[in-house]
Amino acid sequence: MPTLIPKSATESAEPAQRSPWLDARIRFVRNRAALASLLILVCIVFACVLGPLLLPYSYEDTDWNQMGIAPTLTGWHLFGTDELGRDLLVRTLVGGRISLTVGLLATLVSVSLGVAWGAVAGFVGGRVDALMMRIVDILYAIPYLLIAIMMVTILGRDFYLVVLTISAFSWMDMARVVRGQTLSIRSKEYVEAARAIGVPTWRIIFSHVVPNLLGIVVIYTSITVPGVILTESVLSFLGLGVQEPMTSWGVLIHDGANVMASSPWMIWFPGAALTITLYCANFIGDGMRDALDPKER
Amino acid sequence: MWKYTLRRVLATVPALLAVITICYLMLHATPGGPFDTERKVSAAVLANLQAKYHLELPLWQQYLYYLNSLLHGDLGASFRYADWSVNDLVAKALPVSLTIGGLSMLIAVALGVSLGIWAALRQNSAADYLLMLLGSVGSAVPSFVLGPVLVMVFAIWLPWLPSGGWSDHEVRFWVLPIALLTLINLSTVGRVMRGSLIEVMSSNFIRTARAKGLPMRIVVLRHAIRPALLPVVSVLGPLAISSITSAVVTETLFSIPGLGKLIVNGASNRDYTLVLGLVILVTLVAVLLNLLVDLAYAYLDPKIRY
Repeated sequence: MPTLIPKSATESAEPAQRSPWLDARIRFVRNRAALASLLILVCIVFACVLGPLLLPYSYEDTDWNQMGIAPTLTGWHLFGTDELGRDLLVRTLVGGRISLTVGLLATLVSVSLGVAWGAVAGFVGGRVDALMMRIVDILYAIPYLLIAIMMVTILGRDFYLVVLTISAFSWMDMARVVRGQTLSIRSKEYVEAARAIGVPTWRIIFSHVVPNLLGIVVIYTSITVPGVILTESVLSFLGLGVQEPMTSWGVLIHDGANVMASSPWMIWFPGAALTITLYCANFIGDGMRDALDPKER
Repeated sequence: MWKYTLRRVLATVPALLAVITICYLMLHATPGGPFDTERKVSAAVLANLQAKYHLELPLWQQYLYYLNSLLHGDLGASFRYADWSVNDLVAKALPVSLTIGGLSMLIAVALGVSLGIWAALRQNSAADYLLMLLGSVGSAVPSFVLGPVLVMVFAIWLPWLPSGGWSDHEVRFWVLPIALLTLINLSTVGRVMRGSLIEVMSSNFIRTARAKGLPMRIVVLRHAIRPALLPVVSVLGPLAISSITSAVVTETLFSIPGLGKLIVNGASNRDYTLVLGLVILVTLVAVLLNLLVDLAYAYLDPKIRY
């Protein structure tokens, strides 16, 4: 491709140039709350992944001599045990694995679906766009939890099913945002310019539209994560998530709420784990938005 | 306006039909018929049962029969609660849910709007910080963690209120669940009100009102609040839908015999017809609420004319 700008001009501009992503990273790192949240979240993830391997207990082993004891240093039951004598620290960490994995997988599914849906609707436009967005409107009006309950009732309590159920009702925001962004990018001057000099459509999509979508996709992904984790916990809390002896934060909180008067630690630790995770995810989401879309502030 | 209303009402039909159809088909995709029990039933009885519930017909005819009975307000019979129709169960549970949901919504809107006005007029005041605190609690602390915290404080440490259960007449059973639901919604209403009032207060007509010498109180009450309320109206629809989720959690948490508890029990008993009926009913309520909010918005906003 012939370049219109002389070589020397681009070279002299090089040192001052910073990519928008580097800019965003600098802005994110400057945001103390977001950075601290990221560190805490990384710690939680590491604890959940490695913790159960290092601790001397398993999440399903019952110890009948240690039933329902409060947090103690003797025997290293730092979070205490439940009424079956299972170590609560290990159970909280293993439950965290489930909650975070479901969160991750459901986010992946819902983001892919949302981006594809929104991009297609935005690009194709016309009747297809109208129909696709109508479907999104319909899904918005439906109380998703009830449909999720319905799906779990009928199809059973399978791990991947829970993921699918949650994803099915968390992609609409992404679809709407991506569609809007696609519409506005499609009519930008640089797309017109690219078309005018004969760049093929697929290259316009991949080198002009997608990079400009990426920022907003990242922002909305980070906003989707806490919502998805929360939905999983609600389902588990209602007894519609993973089954015993496997556990998740929602299940632990539900069990803890039942014995709150006699063994309050059983709700405090998983409750705190979930709340801290959600707080961190929210702060990271805010940080991402501020970093990637400074105009939004 | 009429044309818009009609179009908007008609637009709810596909949403409802979609939900009913998807749920109905999912129900039929499950293995096992409704009368496959351990109990031996004679062939004649089985045939009668099948005829009564139109089970011998092809699926699309069964579906039409179901739609027909829905149109007559009949949600069918419960699978698990013998001698109970879904309608009976709903009739018992609905008033309870409406009491909790309605009261908490009223309190959240009234309190949220007042807090929002206060925070908008006195930025960085106590109300402003309270709203910010509530907002961060409401957005990150899940209802099923916030609920136990309330129980811990007001039922266990300070033995003032019952930790759960329900009575139609004793208000002390109502306090904690309604407080929980209110807390969840309060910050949303408050923050929207605050934001929109700040925007309205900086607009030209408010400056004019101030310039002609009206006292602040009159400016706010007579001129600013009405346009500032519009965005609050528009969040009420989504808020109502998310409240349905919180209500299910709240009812489970406090063992309140409302619709939420009913649907969760139905789900764990695999009471298909009950869950299907409740899903349809609640979706209908949610869709109607959205419709109402949209129409109210179109009616209230002088800029929107159809």
